[in-house]
Amino acid sequence: MGSRSSHAAVIPDADSIRRETGFSQASLLRLHHRFRALDRNKKGYLSRMDLQQIGALAVNPLGDRIIESFFPDGSQQVDFPGFVRVLAHFRPVEDEDTETQDPKKPEPLNSRRNKLHYAFQLYDLDRDGKISRHEMLQVLRLMVGVQVTEEQLENIADRTVQEADEDGDGAVSFVEFTKSLEKMDVEQKMSIRILK
Amino acid sequence: MLRAALSLLALPLAGAAEEPTQKPESPGEPPPGLELFRWQWHEVEAPYLVALWILVASLAKIVFHLSRKVTSLVPESCLLILLGLVLGGIVLAVAKKAEYQLEPGTFFLFLLPPIVLDSGYFMPSRLFFDNLGAILTYAVVGTLWNAFTTGAALWGLQQAGLVAPRVQAGLLDFLLFGSLISAVDPVAVLAVFEEVHVNETLFIIVFGESLLNDAVTVVLYKVCNSFVEMGSANVQATDYLKGVASLFVVSLGGAAVGLVFAFLLALTTRFTKRVRIIEPLLVFLLAYAAYLTAEMASLSAILAVTMCGLGCKKYVEANISHKSRTTVKYTMKTLASCAETVIFMLLGISAVDSSKWAWDSGLVLGTLIFILFFRALGVVLQTWVLNQFRLVPLDKIDQVVMSYGGLRGAVAFALVILLDRTKVPAKDYFVATTIVVVFFTVIVQGLTIKPLVKWLKVKRSEHHKPTLNQELHEHTFDHILAAVEDVVGHHGYHYWRDRWEQFDKKYLSQLLMRRSAYRIRDQIWDVYYRLNIRDAISFVDQGGHVLSSTGLTLPSMPSRNSVAETSVTNLLRESGSGACLDLQVIDTVRSGRDREDAVMHHLLCGGLYKPRRRKDGVANAEATNGKPRDLGFQDTAAVILTVESEEEDEESDSSETEKEDDEGIIFVARATSEVLQEGKVSGNLEVCPSPRIIPPSPTCAEKELPWKSGQGDLAVYVSSETTKIVPVDMQTGWNQSISSLESLASPPCNQAPILTCLPPHPRGAEEPQAPLHLPSDPRPSFAFPPSLAKAGRSRSESSADLPQQQELQPLMGHKDHTHLSPGTTTSHWCIQFNRGSRL
Repeated sequence: MGSRSSHAAVIPDADSIRRETGFSQASLLRLHHRFRALDRNKKGYLSRMDLQQIGALAVNPLGDRIIESFFPDGSQQVDFPGFVRVLAHFRPVEDEDTETQDPKKPEPLNSRRNKLHYAFQLYDLDRDGKISRHEMLQVLRLMVGVQVTEEQLENIADRTVQEADEDGDGAVSFVEFTKSLEKMDVEQKMSIRILK
Repeated sequence: MLRAALSLLALPLAGAAEEPTQKPESPGEPPPGLELFRWQWHEVEAPYLVALWILVASLAKIVFHLSRKVTSLVPESCLLILLGLVLGGIVLAVAKKAEYQLEPGTFFLFLLPPIVLDSGYFMPSRLFFDNLGAILTYAVVGTLWNAFTTGAALWGLQQAGLVAPRVQAGLLDFLLFGSLISAVDPVAVLAVFEEVHVNETLFIIVFGESLLNDAVTVVLYKVCNSFVEMGSANVQATDYLKGVASLFVVSLGGAAVGLVFAFLLALTTRFTKRVRIIEPLLVFLLAYAAYLTAEMASLSAILAVTMCGLGCKKYVEANISHKSRTTVKYTMKTLASCAETVIFMLLGISAVDSSKWAWDSGLVLGTLIFILFFRALGVVLQTWVLNQFRLVPLDKIDQVVMSYGGLRGAVAFALVILLDRTKVPAKDYFVATTIVVVFFTVIVQGLTIKPLVKWLKVKRSEHHKPTLNQELHEHTFDHILAAVEDVVGHHGYHYWRDRWEQFDKKYLSQLLMRRSAYRIRDQIWDVYYRLNIRDAISFVDQGGHVLSSTGLTLPSMPSRNSVAETSVTNLLRESGSGACLDLQVIDTVRSGRDREDAVMHHLLCGGLYKPRRRKDGVANAEATNGKPRDLGFQDTAAVILTVESEEEDEESDSSETEKEDDEGIIFVARATSEVLQEGKVSGNLEVCPSPRIIPPSPTCAEKELPWKSGQGDLAVYVSSETTKIVPVDMQTGWNQSISSLESLASPPCNQAPILTCLPPHPRGAEEPQAPLHLPSDPRPSFAFPPSLAKAGRSRSESSADLPQQQELQPLMGHKDHTHLSPGTTTSHWCIQFNRGSRL
């Protein structure tokens, strides 16, 4: 992979990106490589179309939402730093991440909280900071598939919301969301090894 | 032998044909006439002894568990081995020769399969595949490493003169010995680790290794054995290659056999709808067939059964009925525990037989040290490599437990017994060494591993209740990770798992699961369903003292404590007002749209959770202004159902799959539901400060209807009636709506009748008939003087006690007529319809 080193120079602001995301040089190179491969017209950014062409994403029930998560605030394109910033959520948590907690610095993108927040905003379509029953139902519909009737799905949605809903407002806030998953090893379940 | 015994026992005449061959010793003697009593020990000896041994083992188990202290300190396997030693000593003293030993044939053909099947079938597959890389590494590389290093080191020991020259063995013999002694034993590991409760990852790695290393052990053992038999001089380079190739053949072949049988098993259970009774048998037979087939083709039988159990479980569990599932589970556990007990006991007994032994301290000590040392070294080296690739590295403590948990067991012993003394002159020494090693690992390590785990503060496995949120989010995470892998362009584990799941959903499940089951089989739904069951059960359990406000909070919703108080009162209120609504509804319903209404209601009643969802807001609103009946009604009425439908759901869900065949089985639910209502009612009475406001109050019907002041009583009455009768009524809906048949949540309707009304009848026959009579029947006769309401209640309660009566629906209706107290039942029908029509 001799060509990779030449790419290093190509990545703009490589250092600041690395500082923000915590990716290793190698990972960043790999991602940049991938970014350029996805960017079909060499326009320097990715559009939704670019991501939608990834075949397997089309069958992923959450594919659309995940593509959407790369385009915050309705923007139409994502540049490399933005691309990497999203993927940084899935960097495995390492010892130094937890040890060198600087209270002044913002939490690293791969912290438990941020991982959870990423998942949360996939549910929270209208971005009101709450997963309403309706939003829960939509996700369930994607996940559960056709075997269960709509009616049952609604029951499940009700119960799911109710289970996590602590203040009784009929929706799941991020705090409640975090709490409902406090026993789960999120650091592990939301990490991909190769994204070191 | 067995056959002879059977035929003799059965019929002397039938057995006559075989008699001559059976009893060659007494052909000349004339029969001494009819014997009044005949002692035929020899004819029953074999099966009798088998049964006796199992009995002794089971009794011993009971005795051990009489004392909690002993079993908490000493693993059962140790106790059993010690017991075996004692028993063996007694047998030896009495019979003057060692008998009843662990025969390799018995062990491999009968004792091992149930244990392996049990562990394969109940293996947490997700965990297993998540850690498959590590497991395979330890199983293959680790076992090879252990075998070669131990064998070579022992040979070195011998060269160094530390092993007595009596032990005639060359390098190959030692490698052979190394191969059989190096394998971690699934039985021993399971026995010890099940009591230690280390965290799941650690357990699955050690245990998975012990299962999968069988292939390596078999190959190594066979290759070394044949090399020894050929003589080292005759071994050619191609033989080594063949040895390596056979590793792949044996392991992959074994796994393939297992998967083929898993496929067959799943496919077969798809068609057992009408013969549920053989479902458990099928599971055992086909799994055993997999084992024997693999054994026959000298492939890895353990691997075959493991894969069979692992592969078929999902589909089999979905296909077979609820009861078959329980049967499979218990039979499997019983067989496995039985086999395990017998194995350890026989191990102890076998050790007594000193004729097979030949002791050599150097060899024994050397082996002990080497297996411990090389195991530890191997684990550390492999873990170091593995940690480069693992998301969650295995830390030092894990490694210690893994090294120390490498227990040897009966497999090694059976293999060493199988050695041919003429080819392996040092067999006796090897036997003695193996026995010592097995005893050492099972007893010493087994005894100390628990304190060690405690001392090292190894992460224990923690059981927490599944919640819907966790289940759902876990699925979300899986999909997210798969998607991210797509985006990153690295097709790793998540990608392939996702792929597999899609394939499974699209093709395999379609092919291997029956349609009704396929629809139900969704993990999220499954959790939802189980949670409902648990709630229902615990609710019923608390039924006796629901008075306290906590009685109505559900344990699976731990976070709701703060809301509990208010919601309880709401619940009570609702249940109370539900009763009133019932009554009030009566007049409105007279228009005969019962059928559609019933369908509608049936749909609604599926909504287990609707009531609680809105209870806070709506119920309050209703309670205060009394007018918004539609809403309040829906909520309140449902509250009654909620409880019921939850518990009914429990069965109904299973009955969805096994509807046709579970006829005649009455679950306790009827009784429990009654308990429930009583509890609830009493709760009502207690909590409500004034009857006006709470139970039956706020609706207008209440005020208008004369008997409304029966409050508490009525509430009781009505609600209990609801449980009993509503379902019947709903069957109308059931019969008429296809969607209802499809729907999962509907079961409350279709299944309740089983509980209450139609116990002895096959369902299919009953369903269409029963419902049609009732709804139309009692309605017209609606007169409802309060005094009679009470009478009617008591009557109907008594009738509830006699399910036979209820079985004849019309009868009940008539009786009600004559008693002038049908209002109760009627009101119920009405409620149902009304509900439907409103929505």
